[in-house]
Amino acid sequence: MSSVTLNNIVKRFGNFTAVHRSSLEIPEGAFVTLLGPSGCGKTTNLRMIAGLLDPTEGEILIGGKRVNDVPIHKRNLGLVFQNYALFPHKTVADNVAFGLKYRNVPASEIPKRVSDALELVQLPHVAHRYPKELSGGQQQRIALARAIVIEPDVLLLDEPLSALDANLREDMRVELKRIQERIGVTTVFVTHDQSEALAMSDQIVVMSAGRVEQVGAPEEVYNTPASEFVANFLGASNIFDSQCTAIGGGSVTVDAPIFGQVAIPADKAPRIEGQGPAKLVVRAEKLHLSQDAAPEGGVSVPATVETVDYQGQAVRYFVRAGDTQLQAINMIDGHPFNEGDQVNLHLRPQDCAALPG
Amino acid sequence: MSVEAREARQPWILLSPALTAVALLLFVPLLFIMIYSFWLRTATGADQVGFFLDNWQEALTDAFYRDILLNTLKIAAITTVVCAVMGYPAAYFIARSKGNKGILLLLLMLPFWISYIIRTMSWINILGVSGAFNSALMALGIVSEPIQMLYNETTVILGLVHFLLPFMVLNVFVSLDGIDTNLEDAANSLGATRWQAFMQVTLPLSLPGLAAGGLLCFVLGAGTYITPLVLGGPTDAMFANLVFEAIITQLNWPLGSALSLMLLVVLGALVLIYNRYLGMAQLMKGLG
Repeated sequence: MSSVTLNNIVKRFGNFTAVHRSSLEIPEGAFVTLLGPSGCGKTTNLRMIAGLLDPTEGEILIGGKRVNDVPIHKRNLGLVFQNYALFPHKTVADNVAFGLKYRNVPASEIPKRVSDALELVQLPHVAHRYPKELSGGQQQRIALARAIVIEPDVLLLDEPLSALDANLREDMRVELKRIQERIGVTTVFVTHDQSEALAMSDQIVVMSAGRVEQVGAPEEVYNTPASEFVANFLGASNIFDSQCTAIGGGSVTVDAPIFGQVAIPADKAPRIEGQGPAKLVVRAEKLHLSQDAAPEGGVSVPATVETVDYQGQAVRYFVRAGDTQLQAINMIDGHPFNEGDQVNLHLRPQDCAALPG
Repeated sequence: MSVEAREARQPWILLSPALTAVALLLFVPLLFIMIYSFWLRTATGADQVGFFLDNWQEALTDAFYRDILLNTLKIAAITTVVCAVMGYPAAYFIARSKGNKGILLLLLMLPFWISYIIRTMSWINILGVSGAFNSALMALGIVSEPIQMLYNETTVILGLVHFLLPFMVLNVFVSLDGIDTNLEDAANSLGATRWQAFMQVTLPLSLPGLAAGGLLCFVLGAGTYITPLVLGGPTDAMFANLVFEAIITQLNWPLGSALSLMLLVVLGALVLIYNRYLGMAQLMKGLG
């Protein structure tokens, strides 16, 4: 188990810069997610840590040691791919034992280590089958077993759940986290799925266009996005061009369209440094549709329901207030509203966040 | 007509032109050859119609034919091994090259646009007594007399390798191209060096392509008669040359038929063994 450090890393492919100069510190034993849309550089970062790509500039440290010139087969990393990458001509047991053969593990000990690993991923009975005889979820568990049986310093997971069905994905998410906590290995997880990132990570690194947008704990990244990109990528947000009119007394007052003056707690607007242009961020699920009057201390704005997107336990509404369309996601309590209903939009200032304009 | 019956008929309707061609141009002539092989050529040069086993007896018992058949199989085997050793790295290179795979494959196919006979004869201009190689050696003063390099078994194998190498490369390429590159990365991450990863993962997974290429090279090599005719010496005849000799030179159709069927059976047996263990699907992939 080791920490991972990226120091001023740059990766260029010809004229294209996949990763702009960035540094990253992944503490020992942490579960860190690189989150972002495709092409944001998250996989490039992972492949550089793995040793499958060489950084153009900067250095990579694993456990405090510079590994730029250490070839992949000497880095002692566990690597799990989106498409499992199991060896199709080898049985499950041989797949899992593969890495042990290149480490000085006594041959007599290998079967025990293999069966322990299979036990850990809850597939003790498939040792003699071939990968193609297993389901996708089972194959991914075997891939995980193969990666952790070598007791890697760092576990690198490249979108390991993306090829699975929605239900299976959620089960595997819990399973993966359980195993990671059990063995306590430093884990770098790459995904474009925000709910995976929020559910599993100790730290989330949000990336966009080769740059790190924000690093923080899931709650921090979710509630206090550092940029418009983060606000939009994690969940759905309404973002308004506004003016910061007052600052101090533990709050930041923003003059926003539709809502007027909103006094946001200062910790929700840490990047606002003074009066001037600002952006008000309102998460879709913090905007409540109601037919009651405004709650105490809250803001209320009349609006018309335009679109109702029924999602089972929740509804996503598109509502219009004046010239502006807003998005709201509400849990269903009784019956959802219908298109054309006149409603009040309720918003609590402490649920908002503000970014510098 | 029911939908099922119409659907069942459709493949046959679509296949019928091809099946007709194969039947008329392959199976009917083959049947003639089979019948011919039991006729007998009399001393007068006329063919005697009937059921005689004389040709078969001669073909199967005469040591002359047996030796040439064994020599043919030996030359085909050497050619196949040389093609495999030379072709595999080339196929690996093409399969792993990122942007210009298409151009490399086109270059590989380019020789097929030139007649096989012309390609074979080109070696005379290279290795012949007044060919490029000897001229260069003489101009450089390395030798004073041209060296006789042509017309032996080595040049026959050289010509066959020249002819068959693309078939090997294509088949191995198809196999390698279908292997997920993540597999090698996974093997590396587990501690295998690039060479170990290749030996443990890539090579075993590409064996079907190597086998398909090998079969094609062997069968096409063992059936050739132009290469030994152009590049071989008087003693380098291969089995197909015997058939040519019997039918074209001696006009002995019955004996030539028996000999050609003999070669067909030997090579057919090889194809059947291959099919038994590896299946024809792999071969089709390589040809397509």
